[in-house]
Amino acid sequence: MRGAGLAVVLLVALVGIFLTWKAVPSLLHNKAPFLTSRVWSPDTNPPRFGIAALLWTTVISSIVAMLLAVPVAVGVALFITQYAPKRLATPVAYVVDLLAAVPSIIFGLWGIAVLGPVLAAPNSGLRQGIENSLGWIPLFSSTGVSAGNVFLASIVLAIMILPIVTALSREVFLQVPRANIEAAQALGATKWETIRMAVLPFGRPGVISASMLGLGRALGETIAVTIILSTPNIGAPFDPSLWAGGETFASKIANAAGEFDTPQKTGAYISAGLVLFVVTFAVNAVARVVISRRKEV
Amino acid sequence: MATATSTTLAPISDSRKLRNHVATFAMYACFVIAMIPLVWIIWTLVAKGAGLLGDPHWWTNSQRGITSRIQGGGAYHAIIGTLLMALVTALIAVPLGVGTAIYLVEYGRGRIARAVSFMVDVLTGVPSIVAALFIYALWIGTFGLHRVGFAVSLALVLLMIPVIVRSTEEMLRLVPRDLREAAFALGVPRWKTIMSIVLPTAFSGIVTGIMLGLARVMGETAPLLILGPYAKAINTNLFSGNMAALPTMINQDRVEALKPAVDRVWSAALTLILLVMVLSLLGRLVSRLGSVKTSR
Amino acid sequence: MAKRIDTSGLDVFYGDFKAVEDVSLTVEPRSVTAFIGPSGCGKSTLLRTFNRMHEVVPGGRVAGKVLLDDEDLYAEGVDPVAVRRTVGMVFQRPNPFPTMSIYDNVASGLRLNGVKGRTLLDETVEQSLRRANLWEEVKDRLNKAGSGLSGGQQQRLCIARAIAVEPQVLLMDEPCSALDPISTLAIEDLIFELKNRYTIVIVTHNMQQAARVSDRTAFFTIAGAGKPGRLIEIGDTAEMFSRPSERATEDYITGRFG
Repeated sequence: MRGAGLAVVLLVALVGIFLTWKAVPSLLHNKAPFLTSRVWSPDTNPPRFGIAALLWTTVISSIVAMLLAVPVAVGVALFITQYAPKRLATPVAYVVDLLAAVPSIIFGLWGIAVLGPVLAAPNSGLRQGIENSLGWIPLFSSTGVSAGNVFLASIVLAIMILPIVTALSREVFLQVPRANIEAAQALGATKWETIRMAVLPFGRPGVISASMLGLGRALGETIAVTIILSTPNIGAPFDPSLWAGGETFASKIANAAGEFDTPQKTGAYISAGLVLFVVTFAVNAVARVVISRRKEV
Repeated sequence: MATATSTTLAPISDSRKLRNHVATFAMYACFVIAMIPLVWIIWTLVAKGAGLLGDPHWWTNSQRGITSRIQGGGAYHAIIGTLLMALVTALIAVPLGVGTAIYLVEYGRGRIARAVSFMVDVLTGVPSIVAALFIYALWIGTFGLHRVGFAVSLALVLLMIPVIVRSTEEMLRLVPRDLREAAFALGVPRWKTIMSIVLPTAFSGIVTGIMLGLARVMGETAPLLILGPYAKAINTNLFSGNMAALPTMINQDRVEALKPAVDRVWSAALTLILLVMVLSLLGRLVSRLGSVKTSR
Repeated sequence: MAKRIDTSGLDVFYGDFKAVEDVSLTVEPRSVTAFIGPSGCGKSTLLRTFNRMHEVVPGGRVAGKVLLDDEDLYAEGVDPVAVRRTVGMVFQRPNPFPTMSIYDNVASGLRLNGVKGRTLLDETVEQSLRRANLWEEVKDRLNKAGSGLSGGQQQRLCIARAIAVEPQVLLMDEPCSALDPISTLAIEDLIFELKNRYTIVIVTHNMQQAARVSDRTAFFTIAGAGKPGRLIEIGDTAEMFSRPSERATEDYITGRFG
């Protein structure tokens, strides 16, 4: 039994070790600054590759996804725990969980084939509204909308992490002591005021870590993002806008999956994977620490 | 009644009432917003993909010899591939996952247990593409082996373990203390107690974990991209040759513009979601039945 | 400020289960009325109908009337939220808001009602804490978390929070059952002072406490499991403890059952 437990620890350690081992030779040959360069030509001699563009698209798509998902997820969790009648609460929670069971390739397929055209349509009200009001920020300005834009990827990612954030938030809201809720009610607080005084403050750390776990999931999501994002042409100038295409760590690796022919080239992709591993590890670890601290209190 | 006009029980201010109503409305709205994608996705899949599923050939034939212009063909090769890889994944992941859960619940104290528990959490968060790259680095980069179904299963093991650990753990913790202590008091050794009393009681949790785990790994695409190239023909050998799976069948043709190929993409997607949803519904059903039994 | 409570023919239900049956009593203003009786006799349930907290339990409802002076708390169009603002409550276990400071706890009810001015808030917080006999102990750490106080202090903080909004009635549901004897004494002293301003109803398991703090006592009991609780008698505390008019009361007070 202990062997099985230790095997799990070993497994995670091995992931880090192997990825590092296979990444180091390519990183040593790399003639571009790995962290700050946007170039990606791992099969030239010497290879030149950097992750700046990947990091940007990965992080921005995931953060936008989190910002979109968390308010809705908290709302759904409050709906299930505080508003829905008992008989409705269980099936509703169940249906939200079903969303988590949808395979990511299906999210990608639906995103690009069904949701994308709705959003990218020239007369899309949502997009124009955002552009008109926030277009002065480079993030929201557009020089032309790519069919597979980062914003579309963010929406789909938001849908994908919604059930995770909802489930965990629901759990912490259920743990709010009755005494806290009754204290607010007895003071003459309305339902909403009770939630603001007793439920949300108690649940805040839980919601934060739930959001982090959702963020971690979004950062590493592969196939949905790969399907949705249109890959910029080689040599095209970098476009930070949400309306442009782009590549994330995961989609870069997935797009090249069939072409790992030389160890040097593979090493470059594994380096990108290693960075993704480190980033998701950090995000998840922080989230878990917040959760476990809550439990001890 | 004097109530409406009295000063003591005067109704609360309109702005407070309004805020309360707005909040209530927002909660219901959030729920509706959350439901839209699920309904929309299922609707899309059924509308676009149901056509081919009625044809028996879909369930019995492969795509061998079928080009983008030819209608129909089957998904049997992909279904069998998905099931085979998932089965082998489960065979490896279940003993490891259940063992880890038992260790954490029955033996786990102190530092090592905390480390194990933490690593299980970390494993939950490892992106599937990273798990796939790790197996690539090991299987192909180090051992020089080929991209085959078994390598995919190995990557999926990493993704399945945490699901099984957590769901087994949850059930094991529900096994009443006195049941265990009763057995100890009779002088039954610890491992025997676990085997004969704890495990059967937690059985439903383990089954749930397996089903939810299977549902998760069957829908994974990234490991297949890296480690399991698609084949149009039936291949049941996990150690040699390309092997189809439903996600790669979808991925293969998703950029096709010709209708027969597009139809197959949606049908494969519908098949996949049916498989996954049936498994996760069953899993939750088993857990519901099991927990009712233990709570009484 | 303080008002009288009258109930007539009050039945209290949880779903189909009748927890309390046919209670008619009067709670006099500016006095302490104690509810005593064995466990499960419905005294806490009845107390919670006086500020409509009973309704927060799914299925909780009443039949009959509860009048606050002349206003029916359960009349159509009366908002339970308004009732709870007028009738304050202190619970069995101290329940300060764990994420709020001492100051914010006391100010929370005022803020709900739209009080914003800093001076007014400061004054009311100080006054409430003084009336709750807690000011001297916490005046230097008003911005610290309320959960850092001792159990007895927390309970007095909850009392300060309840009286900050100047309620007409203060309901106390076994306020000392989670406290040590010294803290209990402090709360009892406080109750004695507070009755000059408020109508107080206190539910207690402790007959000595009822005898010490209350002016009037109501005795409830229950005929058996699954039967509703009933009011046996209500009267002057001194009289009831020396010459109860009902046999059941005497048995309970002298410790023959319960």
